[in-house]
Amino acid sequence: MSEQYKSAIDADRAPVIEPGYTFGTVTEKISAIVLTRPASNGWFLGFGIAFMLTMMMLYAIGYLFLKGIGIWGTTIPIGWGFPIVNFVWWIGIGHAGTLISAILLLLRQSWRNSINRFAEAMTLFAVAAAGIFPAIHVGRPWLAYWLFPYPSTMGVWPQFRSPLMWDVFAVSTYATISALFWFVGLIPDLATLRDRTDNRALKIVYGMLSLGWRGSARHWHRYETMYLLLAGLATPLVLSVHTVVSFDFAIGIVPGWHTTIFPPYFVAGAIYSGFAMVLMLAIPIRKIYGLEDFITERHLQNSAKVMLATGLIVAYGYGIEAFMGWYSGDRYDAFTLWNRLHGPYSPCYFALLTCNIFVPQVLWIRKLRTSPVALFFISFVILVGMWLERFIIVVVSLSRDFLTSSWGMYYPTRWDWMTYIGTIGMFLAAMFLFLRLLPAISIFEMRTLLPEAEVKE
Amino acid sequence: MKRDPIYGMMAEFDSATALVEAARATHHAGYQKIDAYSPFPIEGLADEIGFHRNAVPLVVLIGGIVGGLTGYLMQYWMAAVSYPLNIGGKPPHSWPAFIVITFEMTILFGGISAVLGMLALNGLPMPYHPVFNVPRFALATKDRFFLIIFSSDKKYDPADTRKFLEGLDPRSISEVPS
Repeated sequence: MSEQYKSAIDADRAPVIEPGYTFGTVTEKISAIVLTRPASNGWFLGFGIAFMLTMMMLYAIGYLFLKGIGIWGTTIPIGWGFPIVNFVWWIGIGHAGTLISAILLLLRQSWRNSINRFAEAMTLFAVAAAGIFPAIHVGRPWLAYWLFPYPSTMGVWPQFRSPLMWDVFAVSTYATISALFWFVGLIPDLATLRDRTDNRALKIVYGMLSLGWRGSARHWHRYETMYLLLAGLATPLVLSVHTVVSFDFAIGIVPGWHTTIFPPYFVAGAIYSGFAMVLMLAIPIRKIYGLEDFITERHLQNSAKVMLATGLIVAYGYGIEAFMGWYSGDRYDAFTLWNRLHGPYSPCYFALLTCNIFVPQVLWIRKLRTSPVALFFISFVILVGMWLERFIIVVVSLSRDFLTSSWGMYYPTRWDWMTYIGTIGMFLAAMFLFLRLLPAISIFEMRTLLPEAEVKE
Repeated sequence: MKRDPIYGMMAEFDSATALVEAARATHHAGYQKIDAYSPFPIEGLADEIGFHRNAVPLVVLIGGIVGGLTGYLMQYWMAAVSYPLNIGGKPPHSWPAFIVITFEMTILFGGISAVLGMLALNGLPMPYHPVFNVPRFALATKDRFFLIIFSSDKKYDPADTRKFLEGLDPRSISEVPS
């Protein structure tokens, strides 16, 4: 730990945690947000808006259940409209949380300790938002359980040769493992809250949730082994999830989908948009709750570097798609490229290139990598760009397939927009509640970063 | 069976270093049934109190293997035995298509057995525990480090053990009622 700390405070890099903190002050500072700090008007305003958007989503879904999916713009030939675009977008955002908590743990990147907790929460809420879309998109959502292999009276089973079934297993495994990872990470901190609060009711609630954690050396030893193994399992899992999502497309024969570059380029895109969302959340949180000492310039800069790297992989993916359109000699692939550049949706494609490739190049400038305001806006642009990417893959490919007789246009209706914006509201409402009810930064992992955690022989 | 009214003797320390040294000294002095408590994981502390067997990796391995087998055999049985369907002329047992779900089920079972295995081996959840009877123990989840010698230890003697712990220069010593 000490070496990590020393490298953390070396001269030219911002520290992971500002000097001068002790076990006690770190504990107090993070738990105070939950236990003693009164909820501000700003919190109520933000939560209120997010809650109203959630209600709007429920209204849109309720109306959908009454009327059926004819209220959406989704229709043949574009049978996969907004729901699939939004599903892929949200699942992608979730990937950053697991990347930070699992992959960076295995790579011994100690800076992850200050952002893993809320990034994991973000993953969980993003996966929840994503899960809504396929369920309501099946047309008869009350039968969505047909996706799972259960012994039915009809005697039939799901079709395991279909990537859509793989997706069901990948996403539900991902949701389960993310929730477990998040919860076991919380156990020692819930015990801290149990011991810090004076409120009897809260003591019981946190006490029960902490499962009676007491910090025994035997427990820590098994806990750390478990945490490492879980990270080792979650690492291939997170890479597999967006790979499987990309199979939904790549195994189909539609021009613009049928390509082997999809798995790596989907995973890179997922991490790209995920880090953008992490920054869009971290920047206001550190400012409002005064956590600049824990989420430092170092975290912003490292996240920006990850975005820059994954953004370049995504750019390479676009390049290869265009190259293959020409090199394959397949006239439909060539037409897909032409259609993206000159077809009816070409403004979307140029907006995509601007948002995902051109604008993020400013991250090469160190000053912008460390500027919270600039990063906030660049992250927003990337999130828009990644949404457009999924729109182009889903909608533009379907709108122009092999036969001109099956060409068509897609126009989202107000119900599409209400559902989409509503899930953003639901995601934010859950984040607002999370910030007030649970420690947003992992307290026990922050303690291990302090110089006094070092055992001197 | 009558329970011993005293659960053990607990000493409080200020730093991780002091706790590790105290644990080592206690173990060397011949005490077998001891435990240490800290607000964060300390590398090597489990070794110092004589804890070497860690069954978590085995549990995860078994969970993962069971998960993988479940995933594959489930698909094989459903697609090739229970209700074979001809889909695009593919063989009922089209194994390459079964790999993804086999992999996902391996991860799912492995992950669940990691968490449940850790909790079960640690004896959690356990909302009540005698160590919580010591008021100062609330600091064990903040910034203090505790060492306990259980009264079930052969060498345990109220007076001698207290004297021994005092020799380790702790911040405080308390008897833990059970």
